Amino acid sequence: MVKRFLSLEWKSFIRSASFGKSLGVKILIGFFGLYFILMFLGMGIGMYPALKKIHPEQDPLFMVNNFLFYWILGDLIFRFFFQKLPMMSVKPLLTLPIKRSKIVNYVLGKSAISFFNFLPLFAIIPFGVTLIMQDYPLNAVLIWMLTLTIVTLIVNFLNFIIESFSIETELSFLPIIILTTGLFALNYFNIISFTDLFGKGFNAIYESPIFIIIPIIILIALYALNFKLLRKRLFLDSGLKTKIKEVNTSNLEWTKNFGDIAPFMQLDLKLIWRNKRTKSSVWMLVLGLFYGLFIYTNPNLKESVPFFIFVGIFSTGIFLMNFGQFIPAWDSSYYKLLMSQNIKYEQYLKSKFTLMALSVVIMFVLGVPYIYFGWKVLLAHFVSAIYNIGVNSHIILYGGSFNRKKINLDQKAAFNYQGTGAVQWLIGIPLLLVPMGLFALLYYLLNFEIACLIIAVLGITGIVLHQKLMKIITKKYLESKYKMIDAFDQNN
Amino acid sequence: MITTSNLSKKYSGNEVLNIASLDIPKGQSFGLVGNNGAGKTTYFSLLLDLIKPSAGFIKSNGIQVNESEDWKPFTSAFIDESFLIGYLTAEEYFYFIGELRNQNKADVDTLVAQFKDFFHGEILGQKKYLRDLSKGNQKKAGIVAALIGNPEVIILDEPFANLDPTTQIRLKTIIKDLAEKQGITVLISSHDLMHVTDVCERIVVLEKGEIVKDLITSEATLKELEVHFTGTGV
Repeated sequence: MVKRFLSLEWKSFIRSASFGKSLGVKILIGFFGLYFILMFLGMGIGMYPALKKIHPEQDPLFMVNNFLFYWILGDLIFRFFFQKLPMMSVKPLLTLPIKRSKIVNYVLGKSAISFFNFLPLFAIIPFGVTLIMQDYPLNAVLIWMLTLTIVTLIVNFLNFIIESFSIETELSFLPIIILTTGLFALNYFNIISFTDLFGKGFNAIYESPIFIIIPIIILIALYALNFKLLRKRLFLDSGLKTKIKEVNTSNLEWTKNFGDIAPFMQLDLKLIWRNKRTKSSVWMLVLGLFYGLFIYTNPNLKESVPFFIFVGIFSTGIFLMNFGQFIPAWDSSYYKLLMSQNIKYEQYLKSKFTLMALSVVIMFVLGVPYIYFGWKVLLAHFVSAIYNIGVNSHIILYGGSFNRKKINLDQKAAFNYQGTGAVQWLIGIPLLLVPMGLFALLYYLLNFEIACLIIAVLGITGIVLHQKLMKIITKKYLESKYKMIDAFDQNN
Repeated sequence: MITTSNLSKKYSGNEVLNIASLDIPKGQSFGLVGNNGAGKTTYFSLLLDLIKPSAGFIKSNGIQVNESEDWKPFTSAFIDESFLIGYLTAEEYFYFIGELRNQNKADVDTLVAQFKDFFHGEILGQKKYLRDLSKGNQKKAGIVAALIGNPEVIILDEPFANLDPTTQIRLKTIIKDLAEKQGITVLISSHDLMHVTDVCERIVVLEKGEIVKDLITSEATLKELEVHFTGTGV
């Protein structure tokens, strides 16, 4: 049966319409994976000698044990954002003679062989081997390694429980942030010393292996809880059916000021506000706004002027990049309607453009307090904003005409790779790096003012040529109309 | 009103539609029947310029649909759920379509009010997004949206499927009324021979992409269609 499930998933992967593109993304993710493996491997090998060198008087193993609390917290956060419960389309299986428990066991079992669970092994095994070579008792070290593997699995299943609860809430990442920072704070202010607790616990297991029973019991309990939660969701009336909330309608009269693009702007605003996926790009605004603080408070980066432009483009343009890169895929589920309706493509695109330009202006205004870090920072942000409106917004709209991947709006948002083709990854690079590179070049060759001026002039040129550029972009969209309709018509 | 000439659609060499000539006069209620894969939806998609013809063309009111967009103001359609915007309520959706078709809210309200019976109290004032309505109710909303803005050509793909019997009967009245009283050209496709013969003045049978029968509806039509579809052994 497991073999059959696996073959079903393999087919859904290779037979998907966007197979080529998702393969590209998979390769990219593969590279990230390789990078992490190497990092963990380095950590596993280098940990023992490094710790011995820094604190020769302490036992490296006990030091690692003390550190494990942070490892678990970090792992939990990391998994929350990147690891999703492997889902399969369960609905068609429900009416077939397959036991529900079998489906649940399969899904949970599959999660156990996820990359996230193998990654720690790359650190644990070399570290363990080093310990054995340093004449630590063989059995105890093996038990210790086994314990860590179990702990990894505990985190694995704990994450799914947290996810299944937080998926219900509006700000889905709030619970995990509160939980982890809460634990961290309790530990940090010595109210409950988890580092100590965890350290002593692992030491105890190392010294008397019988205590391994405790993590095993926790693991079994978590698995059982997961099993119960998932099984409950396997009924059509609960998990598979979406909850219906009563909605409030607003008429957004103010958009009327924008004339003939008003209906599209209303639609876009509703699109953004009423779907989880798009809503997250609104929360990303907060990240964009405070991004500068990370850079400008860092004494190493504070003085490197080209970074001003990088921050400027990023923070004023974060919505532009986030929302813009999925134009027109946001509308993919009703693209056929738009194409057969009495609409002017140009108005449709102009509404998107206006929205992006507005976001840039708003982000710039909200970022004015950055003047605290000097007038140069603010000037750099100002020219970045102009550049974003004049150049980047047009580029991203143009790039959208290459979009061929449907976005399912209902899916849970952050770090959802759906709708992310290879083209979108590429488009982010020129948007940020081209202005920054150009600026750096001018800055080092000439001076700050001229560099700013050139960036601003580029932006203004774009704004002046707006009508012309929109004509070109519209034409491009019209040319790829049939291809887009066809691609957006395919699920998965 | 709608002229089709030498129209052909091929998918990787496989011809799925081939219509040498088909004329649909203004104000006719036109029915398209055929088994699965006969090319009904393909024809409608070509008519709406959602797919590209491999050869030939369709002219609507003298406008070749894949060359100019001027047919859009007088054409409306409901093909499937992808014509609905899931995150809008029914009212918002009607107003949105209305605005695209230069109708203000009052116009839309007046039009929609005529379909109170048809909605059966399950569409308007529900405070629900369209994506949360049942399939049948989604269809009702989509069909009525296709009537907004005084279109001259209305295209409905499988309008009767998923509807309850009461609504099917009401929909038949609506469609008949559109063609007879308002002179609107209505194109529908259906698997239900009884419904099509009830509603349409003319019925065309498609088989493997070709027209095999072109009938003006009469008493005998239903019988003839039944014989045809029994005979082909499907």
